[in-house]
Order: sequence, then C-alpha cells, then structure tokens
Amino acid sequence: MTITKADLAETLNDEIGLNKREAKDFVEMFFEKVRLALEESDSVKLSGFGNFNVRQKNQRPGRNPKTGEEIPISARRVVTFKASQKLKGKVEDNTEYLAAKYQQIRES
Amino acid sequence: MTKSELIELLAADQPQLAYRDVELAVKGLLDRMSRALIEGDRIEIRGFGSFSLHYRPSRIGRNPKTGDSVRVPDKHVPHFKPGRDLRERVDNV
Repeated sequence: MTITKADLAETLNDEIGLNKREAKDFVEMFFEKVRLALEESDSVKLSGFGNFNVRQKNQRPGRNPKTGEEIPISARRVVTFKASQKLKGKVEDNTEYLAAKYQQIRES
Repeated sequence: MTKSELIELLAADQPQLAYRDVELAVKGLLDRMSRALIEGDRIEIRGFGSFSLHYRPSRIGRNPKTGDSVRVPDKHVPHFKPGRDLRERVDNV
C-alpha cells in the first residue's frame, strides 16, 4: 500500500477534526515549509521521525552507463534523510511481520 | 529547523487554526508517516519525495571493543528519495 498526501489529509480530518479544505492545505503547507528550509540549506529535525540535511557534494567522475563514456558528475547540493533511532527501532522490532508481508507480496 | 519551529511557522501562516490544533496536526502527520513505514507501506509525496523501507540482509559484524564476531540479524531501514521538485530547488542556489 502507498500513502499519499490525500491519505495524510484524511488523517487530519479524522483524527484532529480539521475540515477537508484545511486538512488538504495543511498537508501542502507542511511539506512546503520543509522544502523552504532545505532550500536555505537549513537542516530539518523532526524528533521521533528523523532529520533531513543538505549536503554539498563535490564534482566526481561518472560514466554514461550505456556508452561507457566518461562524464563528470557536477558539484551539487543534495538532501539526505536519517530516520530517528525511535523509528528505526520500531521498524526493526517489526522485522518478522515485514518479512512475511513482503514474501506474500512477492508470491501474489 | 526543529519540530517546534515548524509548528510556529505553520501557526503563523494559518491563523484560523488554534495553536493546539497545529501542534496536534504536525504530530498527527508524523505519527501517520511513522506508522506507514513501521507497517511496511510506502509514502509518496508528489513534489517532495518518497519514503520506503530498504532491506539489509544479515551480516557478520564485529564488537568494536572486543573484536569478537557477532551475527547482525537482517532488518529493514527507512529510506528517503527526494522528488524532482525538491532536488532542483535545493540544488539551485
């Protein structure tokens, strides 16, 4: 299953009681605020969930995988995400369930 | 930016919402996203990016203090892939 902005808006509608319009706008604004901070190279620390950071990458050699031709990968800024210990721990605690779930998906 | 700073920004932008509701909404969103990942569901936010789990097979690790070999069991770890809009906005100085 894949969760989208519509599902998140529904959660705000059901659990917090925001009306549908407010819930949809809130979800948009939430991600926009995070994007704006990252655009300014500010890190975003959401305790219990994880941290987003912006890292500067230097130019490095690369290759066109089709032709084998060497082309440099230009210097750039990239977003990285590190899940919190809390979230990682909860995912690890669920290893058995996840293994069974993914096996079921593969077999179907 | 911390969670409380994010709450402040959102509250300032949406004055029609009570501050308490903004706090609850931010916590509600993060809880819903955490729950999805814990249950092995993907999250796809258009214009932002997607979260999913990556599988890490079991491996032989070492206790850095004693040097003993220990089997690290397999596990899943949360992963984020930035979407195109976010990638471009962050890279354009």
